[in-house]
Amino acid sequence: MRKTLRGTSAGRGSYARVFAALGDETRLKLVARLSRGQPSSISQLTEGSRLTRQAITKHLRVLERARIVRSVRAGRESRFAFDPEPLTEIRGYLDFVSEQWDQALARLKSLVER
Amino acid sequence: MSDRIEKRIELRAPLSRVWRALTDYREFGEWFRVKLDGPFVPGKVSRGQITYPGYEHVKWEAVVQKMDRERLFSFTWPHPKSLGKADDPADYSKEPSTLVEFRLEKTAKGTLLTVTESGFDKLPADRRLEAFRRNEGGWEEQVKNIEAYLAKNS
Repeated sequence: MRKTLRGTSAGRGSYARVFAALGDETRLKLVARLSRGQPSSISQLTEGSRLTRQAITKHLRVLERARIVRSVRAGRESRFAFDPEPLTEIRGYLDFVSEQWDQALARLKSLVER
Repeated sequence: MSDRIEKRIELRAPLSRVWRALTDYREFGEWFRVKLDGPFVPGKVSRGQITYPGYEHVKWEAVVQKMDRERLFSFTWPHPKSLGKADDPADYSKEPSTLVEFRLEKTAKGTLLTVTESGFDKLPADRRLEAFRRNEGGWEEQVKNIEAYLAKNS
């Protein structure tokens, strides 16, 4: 069974955006890096990467729209910080549904093996 | 991170027995915990009432997709915005749904059942489960998933 949901009218969007944002290796690497470290500027994120500043910026915008990353102002430049909330939410939901399936299938097993 | 859930379970029962437990509406209701109004018919809405303790007010309204005897049974299932008593949706057919598929394969010991539920990417992001809030370790696990994904795909 599904669990009680609590809906909010704000922030409408779709999980599709989050899944799509993560469906790219460069963006996954950016997320993995930002999730471990401090908020970083585009220059810092471009360093050591084979991608151009423009390309990194484009990927960051995709992540920003999916709310996985947000930009924070630090003096004259923007820094990008990781926001775990959308991923935590989706993960929590999938874990919950997954757990319900485990329980239901255990009941099915005892029914057919009876 | 995948937008689907997949479960595989080996059952010590023949295909015919598992097929019956999945597609006979009374047997399905017993393990799934739903009281269904009538048999499953492909293309038709299956209606009933959840019997899971605490959620007896929730309606079951799925659309049966495929019934390929002893091979595949599937239906689409709405994920209403809320399962709270107060905001039970009047029309479940307007709620976004996921696709549930049961695949059966004969094995030496009985039947291998694979269940997939897909389409979570279509659910609106404002569907926040209380379970999310309790999932303290969620993010750590997510980082591991990302690392595993990178290790596998790079």
